[in-house]
Amino acid sequence: MKIYLPTPLRPYADKRSVVDAPGATIAEAMRSLTNQYPDLKGYIYSDDGNVRGFVNIYLNDEDVRYLPAKMNSPLHDSDTLTIMPSIAGGSNR
Amino acid sequence: MLKIPREQFDGLRAHGEAEYPQECCGVLIGKLSDGSRVVKEFIRCRNSQTLMADRRYSIPAEELIAAQRRAREQDMDIVGFYHSHPDHPPQWSSHDLEEAHWFACSYVITGIEKGRAGDTKSYVLCGNDEETKRFDNEEIEVLTEVGA
Ligand SMILES: [Zn+2]
Repeated sequence: MKIYLPTPLRPYADKRSVVDAPGATIAEAMRSLTNQYPDLKGYIYSDDGNVRGFVNIYLNDEDVRYLPAKMNSPLHDSDTLTIMPSIAGGSNR
Repeated sequence: MLKIPREQFDGLRAHGEAEYPQECCGVLIGKLSDGSRVVKEFIRCRNSQTLMADRRYSIPAEELIAAQRRAREQDMDIVGFYHSHPDHPPQWSSHDLEEAHWFACSYVITGIEKGRAGDTKSYVLCGNDEETKRFDNEEIEVLTEVGA
């Protein structure tokens, strides 16, 4: 199971852009990721242990929030996870 | 510093004019080199804000995923983003900072005055976390291609 990390997460993961994280479910793979790179936890999870609102996790092209089993969705070896912080903003006009 | 070819720079400014009076938005892909972000390509994105799109923007996640894949296929990375401020100066807003989470990436803003692109400014998201994050001004160097 490969997890792709965009630029802002790499400083917490030894500058890696992709990490091998075994797991039978998304939750397990994410746990494996943060076990390997504990510094990622603060970026991805808030203090209550939930994934931060601005952090999107994608299973292949699907937003995990919209999968029926969400973080408990099963994974196959060929699947990839991508962690994608949101991009938004606006003027103070 | 942000280094961007003339064609890409003019293109993202024109995108702001085309979307006026709504905010435009897009992704910058390229490479990091000696602490500078060097843009190779800009990708226009849809502004998924339906309410107040004249003062808010948000890039649909599926377009971000597509941009990330496109970057990866060319051995590049997402190095920044751009958006426009219709009839407002290209100064980052508190809302821009609040919604910024891509550290070490450039956030480029173009002020669009009555439909015409005015100044374009760039800011790097600095700091270590949500509590300490801030925007630092960054110089934009527009690259004129020489025989390339
Ligand atoms: Zn803005």
